[in-house]
This record gives sequence, structure tokens and C-alpha cells, in this order.
Amino acid sequence: MLNPKAKLNPKVLESDIEQKPTRDGYGQGLVIAGEADPNVVVLCADLTESTRSEGFAKKFPERFFEMGVAEQNLATVAAGLGISGKIPFISSYAVFSPGRNWEQIRTTIAYNDSNVKVAGAHAGVSVGPDGATHQAIEDIATMRVMANMKVFVPCDMIEARKATIAAAKIWGPVYLRFAREKTPVFTSEATPFEPGRAEIFWESEKPEVAIIGCGPLVHNALLAAKELEAEGISTMVLNNHTIKPIDEKRIIEAVKKCGAVVTVEEHQIAGGLGGAVAEALAKNYPAPMEFIGMQDTFGESGTPNELIEKYGMGVKSIKEAVKKVLKRKEK
Amino acid sequence: MEALHDKKLAFLEEMANKIRQDIIETLVEAGSGHSAGPLGMADIFTALYFHILNHNPKKPDWPDRDRVILSNGHICPVLYVAMAHAGYFPVEELKTLRKLNSRLQGHPHRTALPGAETTSGPLGSGLSQSCGIALAARLDKKKYQTYCLMSDGEHDAGNTWEAVMFAGKNRLSNITAILDRNNIQIDGFTENIMPLEPLRDKYESFNWHVIEVNGHNFEQIVSAVNEAKAIYEKPTMIIAHTIPGKGVSFMENDFLWHGKPPTKEEALAAMKELRTLEGRIKSEHE
Repeated sequence: MLNPKAKLNPKVLESDIEQKPTRDGYGQGLVIAGEADPNVVVLCADLTESTRSEGFAKKFPERFFEMGVAEQNLATVAAGLGISGKIPFISSYAVFSPGRNWEQIRTTIAYNDSNVKVAGAHAGVSVGPDGATHQAIEDIATMRVMANMKVFVPCDMIEARKATIAAAKIWGPVYLRFAREKTPVFTSEATPFEPGRAEIFWESEKPEVAIIGCGPLVHNALLAAKELEAEGISTMVLNNHTIKPIDEKRIIEAVKKCGAVVTVEEHQIAGGLGGAVAEALAKNYPAPMEFIGMQDTFGESGTPNELIEKYGMGVKSIKEAVKKVLKRKEK
Repeated sequence: MEALHDKKLAFLEEMANKIRQDIIETLVEAGSGHSAGPLGMADIFTALYFHILNHNPKKPDWPDRDRVILSNGHICPVLYVAMAHAGYFPVEELKTLRKLNSRLQGHPHRTALPGAETTSGPLGSGLSQSCGIALAARLDKKKYQTYCLMSDGEHDAGNTWEAVMFAGKNRLSNITAILDRNNIQIDGFTENIMPLEPLRDKYESFNWHVIEVNGHNFEQIVSAVNEAKAIYEKPTMIIAHTIPGKGVSFMENDFLWHGKPPTKEEALAAMKELRTLEGRIKSEHE
């Protein structure tokens, strides 16, 4: 059943739930952070509307900088601002930033310890018809391996807003991952959000498998959990919005309780959430594990739903992974 | 900035010679590092740290200080030696360059050494960071100047030109870039590797004010910086024509000296030349 303490949207499991893209939450969060702190500045690389930097740009034009199609400059100008008392957010698509400018982020933001927040929009295959060139599926891995960098993957529009506001208050480099497509707004203002803390969104009685997800696919994990419960399989669903620092304590607690784990992310299964969870478990509590995500392949054009299904990240695939890991556990 | 009278000029020439000697000794002690660039830029760093900068070595985080951004981090021996003599840290500490637990990393690291304004090494990102620092000054209504020291080789990099465009667009007149135009990079002469000329025209077409100087002439360097400060509508690029390896005859203009330190024997020969030069400077000003 749904965890009442998570205070999710009462319509969470209904088909007519409101849908909004997580990038909207970023845009709202920027304006709120900008109102709270005059040092917040925003830089964007010719994608002001679609990264939702527009609201901030209109409200605080003197604190908004249009960089043109120049992601390396986007990162390095922000690095200079971030070591001079400013709190820069840099907006682009994740394939370009942190894709094209990885070394600049590494040297001038992470190693330089500059207070920059990197916002990667249009992450995952759910970008849709634009195709694989515009679908970032490696960004969690490439940001997670950088010392000094924190990584947040919010699950819906409301959590995206909370993560953006939180990032402005945390000192140091942060990566925030957002999606293009509208996805269910299934948390609420009252849902707990604490950086570095995974939250239990679903827990059936005597859970046998822990499903640990991040991003909008957590909603698919909840739908899968509900169907599995009806089939007599008990699970737990953790919303793990902070990939780094990973919440080892709650992940280990959940896996100790369940004995098996399935990770769910719209990202390569290597190096992302699944990798981070596997590392935490290998050190502390090894358990049978299955990985939902991109299986070492690129995406393609299609509608978001078609792509999520084709690449094995839909409700059906999550259920199959749960059943598979249960069998491994029984052996 | 005080006037550049004869006595000050003599002091700067002697200091630059001292800095060159310490660069050689530091490189020999380190056993690796770059020789030609640091020697070629010794006069400009001397002019900055001992005449031009509004700074306080005892308060490296003073908010109103002028910023020195070393974009081509590999010439950091000259930065470290100039900073040590200016009083940022003990001259003795130069012996730790490139060694374990040292604040003097092989390429400068901001959080390791107070007074090192940025972390650098990978080329082409210093001017962008200078733009960010200059924007912050503008937002905070601060008067400090940002001096960005650049190499010619890093003008091969796209990131450099992204920053050149951005500074021009935003009329960042509080940036003065100083380009070490020594014509060499690791693989050979810049005009063979990837032709950069006409550099002056390129910068002017990107809405920069451009001044060309002899990078070993203190009066020209100081006068160019004063001119840059008087330009309010554009950023300024000072193209400083320098001789790589300046002061050590067998290193001058030879790209093979770009990326290696002298051996002990070569260092002895270099020190002999520099000490002879020191004697000449002293007698000239007496």
C-alpha cells in the first residue's frame, strides 16, 4: 500500500492524474530561489523557453545571461561567477550540458569548487521524436563520478521545484536532471524532500522485493507495485531522488527487509542509479538485483510511451524484473 | 598605480631577473614542468605583482583585490615565484612545487593555494572564467580589474573564442587580457600547427580594443594596462610579443624547451647567464 507518511497526491494511481514536465518545476524553483537570494543568476545556451529559464529571465533580466550555442562557455563563465559570490544555474539539454562540456565542469566547477548548479533538461529517451542525439542517457553516470558533485533526479514537477530551491541553498556543485515530457504529478507539497534521503512511497505487508527508482519512472514503479500486490507479490518502492550522496542507510535497510532489489531509471543501467545502489549493496549487503534502464544501447525517435515500452522501462518490464529477481532469491 | 620612475624601473628589472633565477631553481628541484613560458612571462608577472595590481598578499581574499586569472596554467612556476616574492607565501615553499602534499600543484589549484584565483591547466577556459568574475564585479558594483593571462596556443580552442565573443557582446571593459605571443606550442610554431594570424584583426572584429607591446619592456606593459583601464566600452586585449625562454640564451625561441625542465648542468649554465645579466642591470642603474 501507499505509505501515508509520503503524503502523495491522492490521485497517484488513477489514470486522470495531472501531468506536467519536471522542467516546469525547475523554472518555478528558479524564480523562488531568485526571490530568496539576490546572488542567484541563470545562464542559458539558446534554450531559454524549453529549459524553462524564461520565467527567471523575465523577472530578473539583469541576472540572466544568454550565452548562445556555447555550452563550454556556459559552464566556464558560470565557474567564474560561482567563485565570486554568485549562485549560477546553467540551463541546457543534458546531452549538451553536462554532455559537451564535461571537462569544463570537471576542472572549473567541481575541482575548482565553484558554487554552480548544472541543470540538464530533456534527459532520458522520453525526449521522444527528436531521437537519440537529444536523449541523454549517460549523464547521471558522468556527473556521479566527479568528486565534489551532488546529483539530484526529481520524480515529478513538485519535487523538481523543491530540488531546485534546495540546490540554491546547498553550497557547492550540484547536477539536477529534468525531463521534457509531461509526467504524473504524484507527490504533493507535503511530501517529504530532504537531499540525500530516500523516501518509502509504497510498502506492502512483508515486502519481498525493494524497487528503488529515480525520476518520473518512480510512478511506473508504483503502478507495478499495485498490480503485483493484486497478484500476491509484496514490494516496497523507494523514491531515491539523490543519487549522490547515495542514501546507503535507507537502501540497506530496505534491502535487508526485502532480500532482493530492482532499480528503475531512464538511463544506462551502467553507472547510474543502478550502479550506485549496486556499489552500496556490494559493500554492505549483497542481494539479488535486477536493473531496469537502457541496456547498453541508444534510443531512437518515437513517442515517449512507445520508447519507454520498447526499451523495457514500462510497468510490464518492472513487474517482470521483480518476478525474475524473486526467483533468483528463492534459489 | 605609482609612476614608473627610474628607481622603480631598476627595481622591476632586478626583480624580474631574480624571478627568472628562482624559476630555474624551482624547475630543477621539481624535476618536471615547463621552462620557456615562465621565463618569457617573467617581466609581465613582475609588472603585475610589483607595480600594476591593487592587491594585498597578506589578505588574499580581500573582496576588492584585482584578479589575476592564469588561463594557461602550465606556466605556473612564474606565478608561484612572483607570488612568493610578493609575500603570498614563503619563498622557501617553492621547493615543494609538484611534490606530494604541496600547495604548489603542477597546475594551479584554487582551493589549495590562497591567492591562486582559479584552477587551470586544461587550456581555453581562463577567459570564460574571467568573464564570469567580471560579470560578478559588474553585478556587485565593484571596481576591481580582472587580468586574464593567456597563451597563443590556447587560441586553437573553441572555448577561447566563445569567451571572446561573450566579452565583446557584454562590453566587459573590466577585463584586460594579456596574450603571451611567443609563437610556440608543444608540437612546434603556432603558425605551422594552426595559424592564428591576423590575431589583432580577429580581436578587433570581435569588438575588443587591442594593444600590441614588447612583453619585455616595462614601460610599454604599464602604459598598455593604463590605456586598457581608460577604455570603457570594450574589453582590452594586450598582445605581448615575448621571447620564450627569455634570459637564457640556449632556451630562447626553441619550442623544444616548451615542456621540459633544465637538467642540473643546464640549470648551472642558465644561472650563470642570469647572474651575469643581474650584474649588468645593477651596474646600468648605478
